[in-house]
Amino acid sequence: MSQDTVRLIPSDEGSWRLDAYLRRGGYEAARKAVTSMAPAGIIAEVRKAGLRGRGGAGFPAGLKWSFVPQGVSGPKYLCVNADEGEPGTFKDRAILVRDPHRLLEGMVIAAFAVGIHTAIVYVRGEYERIAGRLREAMAEAEGAGFLGPDIFGSGFGLEVVIHFGAGAYICGEETALLESVEGRRGTPRLKPPFPAVAGLFRAPTVINNVETLANVPSIIGRGADWFTAQGLPKDCGTRLFSVSGAVRRPGLYELPTGIPLRTLIEDHAGGPPEGVSVKAVIPGGLSAPVLRADELEAHLDFESMALVCSMAGSAGVIVIGDRTPMLEVLGVMSRFYAHESCGQCTPCRIGTSWIHRTVTRIAAGQGRRGDLDLILSLADGIKGRTLCPMGDAAALPIQALVTKFRDELEQAVER
Amino acid sequence: MSYAPSAAVLERIDRAVAAYPERSAALLPVLRLIQEESGWVPPAAEVWAADKLGLNPVRVREVLSFYTMFRRRPAGRTVVQVCRNLSCTLAGAEEVIAALRRELGLGDGADTTADGAVTLVAVECLGNCDHAPCLQIDGVDRGPVTRDSAAAIVRELRGR
Ligand SMILES: Cc1cc2nc3c(=O)[nH]c(=O)nc-3n(C[C@H](O)[C@H](O)[C@H](O)COP(=O)(O)O)c2cc1C
Ligand code: SF4
Ligand code: FES
Repeated sequence: MSQDTVRLIPSDEGSWRLDAYLRRGGYEAARKAVTSMAPAGIIAEVRKAGLRGRGGAGFPAGLKWSFVPQGVSGPKYLCVNADEGEPGTFKDRAILVRDPHRLLEGMVIAAFAVGIHTAIVYVRGEYERIAGRLREAMAEAEGAGFLGPDIFGSGFGLEVVIHFGAGAYICGEETALLESVEGRRGTPRLKPPFPAVAGLFRAPTVINNVETLANVPSIIGRGADWFTAQGLPKDCGTRLFSVSGAVRRPGLYELPTGIPLRTLIEDHAGGPPEGVSVKAVIPGGLSAPVLRADELEAHLDFESMALVCSMAGSAGVIVIGDRTPMLEVLGVMSRFYAHESCGQCTPCRIGTSWIHRTVTRIAAGQGRRGDLDLILSLADGIKGRTLCPMGDAAALPIQALVTKFRDELEQAVER
Repeated sequence: MSYAPSAAVLERIDRAVAAYPERSAALLPVLRLIQEESGWVPPAAEVWAADKLGLNPVRVREVLSFYTMFRRRPAGRTVVQVCRNLSCTLAGAEEVIAALRRELGLGDGADTTADGAVTLVAVECLGNCDHAPCLQIDGVDRGPVTRDSAAAIVRELRGR
């Protein structure tokens, strides 16, 4: 990738340390923002850059920041979503490991723009070791006056707290995350009110993904026009694609939004191993409806993925080879959603576990005619009938898998 | 049976409580710290935590039972979390899990070895799918693991 693209994953020696980050021009954007820009001007620049959320839903970050009411007294919070629970996704891990200062710099800029003085980084419990780097970075940044009570001598202060999850996928959903920070079970809240108005401890709250915030320093440092020159007009910049499964070079690839799925899989990840061909691809984390091998020309951006009835989601690309039975994939998927449903809504709680029981029975050789239709109708009963988006996130990929690989699954049922 | 954390843990607990505007918000970090020291969260510690944070013990149990990383039973000295989500399954996770269970001598339904050395838990995606199939040993990532390296890992754990 050329010098002129966003580089979220640096490769220099000791890249996570402050001195290395400063050599890469670190904290210049935060200095510019905090000492010379008006908060509204920062929000305008991020809106102009068209930065869309990297956590899954793709909501424009600047627009989200602008929803926070201004001029009201009392605390406001920034919650950084480092829960990274979407199966097939390992990008936020890489930012935490290789470039934690970039995240902190993005947080300082976002907090200054919205008028926030407390940030909470919600890190999944499984990343506790990894978060050691973030903790060190926080101490370094504070020592240098880039974080803490008086940033760049401007009088603006930001305090950062790390809050660990404890093994619950649903806590990645933003309102469940808030519940979890408040010391409760991770059960999503009914919206409205939206977190921007009443979030953490009922105060206005901005929730952003790690990668979203890590993009902010270069937008402010180099300007929105530089950022929009990469990727697509309505979905700009680069994304960190996590590629795993049946490829020769599984790993993380930072590429402009909108690249064809085939380019990512074949040119970057090396294509399937010798003697294997691609049967299916899950393009945006496990919750993204599966694509068949004949759909690989589709492009990886929010709109193109919606056109093929899937989603760009978390950009976790899982490649399934021709030797993998789709029933096995369905088994993993249905178990995951049944296990991770928080249980608040009956359609999600009962539907996912009923689907999983049915799939398990088929896998045990006890399939009955009509089982696939049963699964489809159970998924239909979840869709659009739940409190949080997890209902759809379970129903849609299951329906896509059953519909697109019906013949193969039918054989497994009849066996 | 009563519970009291060590002075060092109590100090960390007090710092955690001070980090939040509402005391009850410190429940997750408090439970984490208790488990870090004791290896699990005994019932007496639940009552202690409730008292510390001004909560009804039921509120503590409710949270404790929701999050899968909290343990309400003693665990082995080493805890192994092995991933069984899709990328790891595609790379042979089920065989690795079976090999680990066999090498550890875990019978049906058991998750901790008879000598209390190792607890094995199958978990969902560890966010390390490019190293599939993968696992974590006391929070440290390992992968890719093969059937053969699973046997070597078990020998290593037995030696701890
Ligand atoms: C079930 C579920 C799980 C989610 N998990 C995550 C996650 O692990 N990380 C994340 O950043 N967003 C996750 N999200 C999306 C968040 O709700 C939210 O949209 C996101 O954190 C907002 O940040 P962004 O706008 O910067 O992407 C999840 C959503 C749902 C419905
Ligand atoms: S849809 Fe599922 S995960 Fe979401 S609130 Fe309802 S039961 Fe919980
Ligand atoms: S599927 Fe095993 S680490 Fe992601």
